[in-house]
Amino acid sequence: MSLDDNTWGELREIAARYPEARSGLLPMLHLVQSVEGRVTPEGIEACAEILGISAAEVNGVATFYTMYKRKPVGDYHVGVCTNTLCAVMGGDLIFERLKDHLDVGNDETTEDGKITLEHIECNAACDYAPVMMVNWEFMDNQTPESAVQVVDDLREGREVHSTRGPRLCTWREAERVLAGFPDDRADEGPAAGPASLAGLKIAREKGWTAPEVDK
Amino acid sequence: MTTLTPVLTDNWDTERAWTLAAYEERGGYAALDKAFAMAPDDVIAAVKESGLRGRGGAGFPTGMKWGFIPQDNPRPKYLVVNADESEPGTCKDIPLMMASPHTLVEGVIVSSYAIRANTAFIYVRGEVLHVIRRLQRAVQEAYLAGHLGKNIHGSGYDLDLVVHAGAGAYICGEETALLEGLEGRRGQPRLRPPFPAVAGLYASPTVINNVESIASVPSIIVNGPEWFAGMGTEKSNGFGIFSLSGHVRTPGQYEAPLGITLRELIDMAGGMREGHELKFWTPGGSSTPLLTPEHLDVPLDFESVGAAGSMLGTRALQLFDETTCVVRAVLRWTEFYKHESCGKCTPCREGTWWLTQTMARLEKGEGTEADLDVLLDQCDNILGRAFCALGDGATSPITSSIQYFRDEYLAHLTHGGCPFDPAASTAFPSSMTTAAGATA
Repeated sequence: MSLDDNTWGELREIAARYPEARSGLLPMLHLVQSVEGRVTPEGIEACAEILGISAAEVNGVATFYTMYKRKPVGDYHVGVCTNTLCAVMGGDLIFERLKDHLDVGNDETTEDGKITLEHIECNAACDYAPVMMVNWEFMDNQTPESAVQVVDDLREGREVHSTRGPRLCTWREAERVLAGFPDDRADEGPAAGPASLAGLKIAREKGWTAPEVDK
Repeated sequence: MTTLTPVLTDNWDTERAWTLAAYEERGGYAALDKAFAMAPDDVIAAVKESGLRGRGGAGFPTGMKWGFIPQDNPRPKYLVVNADESEPGTCKDIPLMMASPHTLVEGVIVSSYAIRANTAFIYVRGEVLHVIRRLQRAVQEAYLAGHLGKNIHGSGYDLDLVVHAGAGAYICGEETALLEGLEGRRGQPRLRPPFPAVAGLYASPTVINNVESIASVPSIIVNGPEWFAGMGTEKSNGFGIFSLSGHVRTPGQYEAPLGITLRELIDMAGGMREGHELKFWTPGGSSTPLLTPEHLDVPLDFESVGAAGSMLGTRALQLFDETTCVVRAVLRWTEFYKHESCGKCTPCREGTWWLTQTMARLEKGEGTEADLDVLLDQCDNILGRAFCALGDGATSPITSSIQYFRDEYLAHLTHGGCPFDPAASTAFPSSMTTAAGATA
């Protein structure tokens, strides 16, 4: 596949957002992934040419950050948090169960090209442990059963929603948003999940507020 | 008794809280005109007077940081928001930006005005898609409403704000590594000095602040520094979001004055889960030394947690009950630091690998008691010798767990492996874990 004129235009558009063009490199690589399904040599060359740096420099950046993939990623990237807290709360068992159910290892993709499974580090949702991410959307409070249900639904093409977010899009569509080209889903889902509101709910019940302002 | 003080979290339960309409309905963006009527230096003075200290972990006084910007430097000034929330256990900035991104945007505008920046960036970790959508939308709405762009509210002040998605690297939470990432490079920390205030983004004067710090600024401007300083303890002023996770009945976000205790927070959260008791906890993420039930009454402010041998950090209270193996927990954190070490300096790059090997051997019950001394020696060779705080952080769980739970390490040796049943620690019933095993 070759990058078309539209993609070249969008890559230049990203670079132009910044006072210095090279700042655009991270989002540009996200855009490459959304078009190519991974960071390809051609995508690296394109970034290098637009930014006036060597392909080796782009490559050095692309291999540093874990969200950039050199192998093709499935339609749905499923990340199971196995950092300590989620692991203890059940993340290890969820990850084992999914490896078994999908018959893949870490950072591998199912034969039908639908699911790429990876164990991930803390994703800042510890109050919803154990946490799973699908295309970097929160799937909170998972169990081995619920995680299997999610991947089965995704493989069979059923619509799946984040537990406190929107309908799940594909990995490529997600990468496009990360490149700074918004989709139309910002208004989907609630403002906050139940754990985010735990303290506020208690404060409301007890009538606790921050101090009044002395006028 | 300390009570909760919702300020930043106060609008999270309102209908469509993330929208400009909902935010303005509750008086949002009122800080702008108040700030624009003040001289920028007076805004800095107000933040200094409030006593606000950085909410990203280090606790450096925010107003003082702003005051370090050399205003006679002819280069552009920049504000960069550190929204790379990745410290294990830390989960406050992400829900804030998801529920009320305009609180952050408003804070960015006031803070940028104070330091005289005309361009600001929100560097948000890439792994939170919906949060990024909400930020993108909020910035777009703010431009359309005239809160961003040229001549904001007729003040003559211009500001552009760019939402920048990272790409997966814990180290980018370190402020100079973040700047490298924002400049399109590998996220490796820079030597200081020069400090970012003098030569930061594009070698220009730059302020880097945590999300919660910047989000607290509008309330200080609207309500006054005395109001903010009236909360908290003598040297740790104001409120903060405390994040409870783990084996507590109601995990979640609890916004309270600094100085509240874990005992009070656990009580509010309904206690530890039924039939279990607290064994160990982190006060501010995995890089802050572990504490135990004997520290339940330590006031959670910068000074008191420091005096107890740990750090307040990001108020990421990860609570583990007696079913949890501390060696397993610490090994997993150690593997995390090894994975996230950027490779720039030898003590961290090599040291975290050695730590992992020694920890793994102990966890499997294959080591000897002398390995504990090896571990402590390895930690001694990393702490204070690494290029940035990541290496130091890697040693915290190890040294503190050996301090409090030496016997548990030894039990792995006498038991020939881990004496704990991991299924007893999970959030779901053990029948599910058995079912998982049956099909495996």
